[in-house]
Amino acid sequence: MDFNLSKEHLMAQRLFRDFAVHEVEPWAEQTDEEGRFPFEIVQKMQKLGFLGIPFPKSVGGQGCDTLTYILAVEELSKACATTGVILSAHTSLAADAIFLNGSEEQKEQFLRPLLEGKKLGSFALTEAEAGTDAAGQQTKVTADGDEWVINGSKIFITNGEVADTYVVFAMTDKSAGTRGISAFIIEKGVPGFTFGPTEKKMGIRGSSTCELIFENCRIPKTNLLGREGKGFGVAMSTLDGGRIGIGAQALGIAEGALEKTVQYVKERKQFNSPIAKFQNTQFVLAQMKTDIEAARWLVYHAALKKDSGKNFSNEAAMAKLKASQVASDVTRECVQLHGGYGYIQAFQVERMMRDAKITEIYEGTSEVMKMIISGSLLK
Amino acid sequence: MNIIVCVKQVPDTTEVRLDPVKGTLIRDGVPSIMNPDDKAGLEAALKLRDESGAHVIVLSMGPRQADDVLREALAMGADEAYLITDPAFSGADTWATSSTLAGAISKLDFDLIITGRQAIDGDTAQVGPEIAEHLQIPHISYCEGFKIEGDEVIAKRQFEDRYQILRAKMPALITALDEMNEPRYMTPGGIFDAYREKEVFVWSRVDVPVEDENIGLKGSPTRVVKTNPKMLKQPGTTIETGVDEAVVFLVDKLKEKYIL
Repeated sequence: MDFNLSKEHLMAQRLFRDFAVHEVEPWAEQTDEEGRFPFEIVQKMQKLGFLGIPFPKSVGGQGCDTLTYILAVEELSKACATTGVILSAHTSLAADAIFLNGSEEQKEQFLRPLLEGKKLGSFALTEAEAGTDAAGQQTKVTADGDEWVINGSKIFITNGEVADTYVVFAMTDKSAGTRGISAFIIEKGVPGFTFGPTEKKMGIRGSSTCELIFENCRIPKTNLLGREGKGFGVAMSTLDGGRIGIGAQALGIAEGALEKTVQYVKERKQFNSPIAKFQNTQFVLAQMKTDIEAARWLVYHAALKKDSGKNFSNEAAMAKLKASQVASDVTRECVQLHGGYGYIQAFQVERMMRDAKITEIYEGTSEVMKMIISGSLLK
Repeated sequence: MNIIVCVKQVPDTTEVRLDPVKGTLIRDGVPSIMNPDDKAGLEAALKLRDESGAHVIVLSMGPRQADDVLREALAMGADEAYLITDPAFSGADTWATSSTLAGAISKLDFDLIITGRQAIDGDTAQVGPEIAEHLQIPHISYCEGFKIEGDEVIAKRQFEDRYQILRAKMPALITALDEMNEPRYMTPGGIFDAYREKEVFVWSRVDVPVEDENIGLKGSPTRVVKTNPKMLKQPGTTIETGVDEAVVFLVDKLKEKYIL
């Protein structure tokens, strides 16, 4: 058992840190305030291979592993949680769904451009009436000759309007419940596929979140991902991986806020003394650091388990549950230590506190994580 | 075309603090980086390779840990890497360093050698030109840009207030300034390849053709006697006035300070 990162992981971490500090952090405040998708940053990440980190070179990836990808999401999220989730949704959800379930032809046609940075991916499961209850899908698909015809809509879709390639779930047999769900690959530009307005959110405001609308949208039969009626399994196994990504995002947010706060408490003086000299400050910092380290090892462990080929649902759920709680708690404490300055934009921790909340909600709420974890205890 | 780039692992001096009592640098916990001028030189070589094809070899003399900067160079895209390391080489001044590097380079095929202008932990700017002298090839130092035309390198050499355009027949050596370019980032896949697919060839004393009297501490004619922290000078004052008034002003000031 070895808790040390390997030399290649350490160097990758340094690369992501450098990139985050120089290319991401300077834009984080503006990205949040304007709610603008950071196209320039994403283009730079695409050029550097960040969009294909854990996938083999044979399909266009970088030939690294899940831990390396997790380090990327973590370091990016330290600077800007929006950038972190763009990478996470693309990699863990869209690309991994195709990698794990796609045919060789689909990998060549759809996955390679995603991994080589030519296209951005998105994953569409949630509907107005189907959130935690993913089986309540209303979007319908019917077969018509060589084509599928899709009708319905998906909401709260990350990378919504800005992606090129979408993994979309819909009912091929409404009467069959979860066994009636199938997964499809749909590309932007197909007639009948349009977008609703972009949502205005509390946090991760630069991430494009919108509704996908399908009106008699026709796609080739060959765009079925996995087997007909097996979409629920595709969604759930993909989300397991996604949760490690969100765990890493949460971890990064917490670390980013702690870094800012350590700097702040050394400089901020009250009663003629830096507030770092006060025991309350010291105890709060110590608790935050300890919580962050606990979250880190749950997240890294889940990443290693995924790469080991063993079932990692539980580890992913625990990593996301803990890391998202830590992100919310730590950012709130960081705002508190900043006092009034923590409540204004210039000190960034208020943004981090807003960004942290979503990690307890998307890709399975904390309550869903608890259902998974307790389910494995009580089976 | 073969390009050899010499790189050095240095402490990140922006992170180095001075021990206020001893007056020495506190190096503990300071991250090591690729010397910035060397990194610009590597970027220039990689650019040339991308544009017109070349084989880029990186070379470093240093302790075993210098493997890190060579892996970094490989992760940026260098083709081949050599680490020149041996206790016999340690304690070298610029003469012994350049003798050793020149010995190693003499075993390799090259058209162009690029070194950084100087290392941020030594600031001598001597090693590059000395390598060229040992190898008896022309060199152009302080380059802020260069291009290759036929068998010549044409470089822009920087001075404080002007620059020269110089031409040298290859094989030649240039020393690069960090303002020459913006070095590329590594790629994640490049990093994994650097550690898992590529090799850093390690050359020890026996692999380098160089005389014993020109290596290591014993082969170093210079010695650092003492290092002192530099006192920061106050910015000067500029007075714009006629010559006669200036003389009076200056004499008054010198009297005020009891110098006259």
